[in-house]
Amino acid sequence: MKKSKIFWGYAVLALVIYAVVQALITTGTIDMYYKNMLITMCINIMLAVSLHIVIGITGQFSIGHAGFLAVGAYISAIITTKLMLPFPLAIFLGALAAAVAGLIVGMPTLRLKGDYLAIATLGFAEIIRIVFLNTDYVGGAAGMQVKYLSTWTYAFVGVVLTILVIANFTNSRHGRACISIREDEIAADAMGINTTYYKVVAFAIGSFFAGLAGAIFAHNFYIIQPTTFGFLKSFDILIYVVLGGLGSLSGSVIAAIFLTVVSTYLANFPETRMIIYSLVLIFVMLYRPTGLMGTKEITHLFKFGKKGGTK
Amino acid sequence: MEWIQQLVNGISLGSIYALIALGYTMVYGIIKLINFAHGDVFMIGAFIGFYAIAKWELGFFPALLLAMVVCAIFGVLIERIAYKRLRNATRIAALITAIGVSLLIEYTTIFFRGAQPAAYPEVFKNRTLDILGVQISSTSILILSVAVVLMILLQFIVHKTKIGKAMRAVSHDADAARLMGINVDNTISATFAIGSALAGAAGVIFGVYYTKIDPLMGVIPGVKAFIAAVLGGIGIIPGAMVGGMLLGVVESMVSALGYSLWRDAAAFVILILILIFRPSGIFGKNAREKV
Repeated sequence: MKKSKIFWGYAVLALVIYAVVQALITTGTIDMYYKNMLITMCINIMLAVSLHIVIGITGQFSIGHAGFLAVGAYISAIITTKLMLPFPLAIFLGALAAAVAGLIVGMPTLRLKGDYLAIATLGFAEIIRIVFLNTDYVGGAAGMQVKYLSTWTYAFVGVVLTILVIANFTNSRHGRACISIREDEIAADAMGINTTYYKVVAFAIGSFFAGLAGAIFAHNFYIIQPTTFGFLKSFDILIYVVLGGLGSLSGSVIAAIFLTVVSTYLANFPETRMIIYSLVLIFVMLYRPTGLMGTKEITHLFKFGKKGGTK
Repeated sequence: MEWIQQLVNGISLGSIYALIALGYTMVYGIIKLINFAHGDVFMIGAFIGFYAIAKWELGFFPALLLAMVVCAIFGVLIERIAYKRLRNATRIAALITAIGVSLLIEYTTIFFRGAQPAAYPEVFKNRTLDILGVQISSTSILILSVAVVLMILLQFIVHKTKIGKAMRAVSHDADAARLMGINVDNTISATFAIGSALAGAAGVIFGVYYTKIDPLMGVIPGVKAFIAAVLGGIGIIPGAMVGGMLLGVVESMVSALGYSLWRDAAAFVILILILIFRPSGIFGKNAREKV
């Protein structure tokens, strides 16, 4: 099949999913509870995919993704609630602010490797959180009231946009450079790839879409608080990517959908949920260190032996 | 005078960080793994101390000893069950497992006893000593002396005993050490035992000093102890001590200046500055990665 045909196939699939769910919402078959779950699912998919480009594609171990989520959430909330500007603009500016934060964080820290990078990104995420905690303009520790503006349409468009951009980036020349960095940074450097440049680009794109998710996240609840964006949120996002497979976009999406459903049903037992999550992390890492899907995509399962199939 | 008082407070706090940092640095030196669960061993130590003092009515020193022994066993168990299989795994896999173990310990503790904090019983009458106009609490002095004694003990173990020699050999080159007849697995377990015992001791004195403990108390001191280890140069034992003390003093100073809410941020800023400008730490030497 030609690439453009595959693209239009996915586009039609996306439209069909959107239309069916929208129809179910308007007819009232999907009530508020499930609608909320669907929006949460979309937010988690965006977060998973935006972290996937950093960890799965570029191989940079960032565990401070909640920081960028926080930037997107707070900036967009300020724009709609304090400045009374329209929601789409708030989403865009929130995402942009997160991307800028990603650039600021990424440029110095991405010279670091492995463990050091992990701990530095964790540190930056905490600094971002502490800044919001100490800013009275956004309510400090008590949090900030936000208008309820997120709808299924916004969430779904956000997901499609995130997947579209990140999938295209991965398949482009830049994406391949990022993959080469994941495989062997020193070899990639020796081949003339500007590793720092590609790492920062991937990081900024990841932050942008984390900010986009943050904007929708903030307007899906009535209040945002700094405590929401702590270590645990970052680890939640990390587990989507890890479980799905380090390097598999469809894996991250599936893991995000699956774990959203699981955690919704375990919402009344938060300790049990975290115990299950941590056991899953440990067992997956011990027995299948590349995640459940590895670097394979779901489409690879359907075309054995053909071009671009299983390696 | 107030500055000197803050300095003393900072050093007491710093000695707790230093004790935890020693475990991090030893484990990192030997298997190149950030043991995220180390902060939770510290928490377990604090709880063992709490139950020993409040429920079983032991004195401070027996409680301290008990916490150290239990934590040592616990540390070895973590290593044998979760980390041993990961010796040849990728760094990311090891790090994610460590995060998983950390979350598992935290939430299993919450599952069994709830997330509410516990108030540590008072073990010593807290007197305030007046030394040349500086008010120093007796608990600060106690913490500092316990920490110093343990650090001297550690220096003795690492430099004078057979197992210390083995630890140094394995951290230098595990394969060569194995060829020389050193049991690498046992040495790694010993490292975990010693590091965890120190974290357990830190947990008990943390409880006595701050009088409040809870199942998630290990997260922030754990990360700060890691920062202390990086600050001093990870893998270097005196570096962890100096890094811990330095971090404690900086935090106290930031608080004294009236920015106590920014205390945690200050620690992370130090971490990032150190990582960017001197990634090998204060005492570290720069080593180029070979292809």
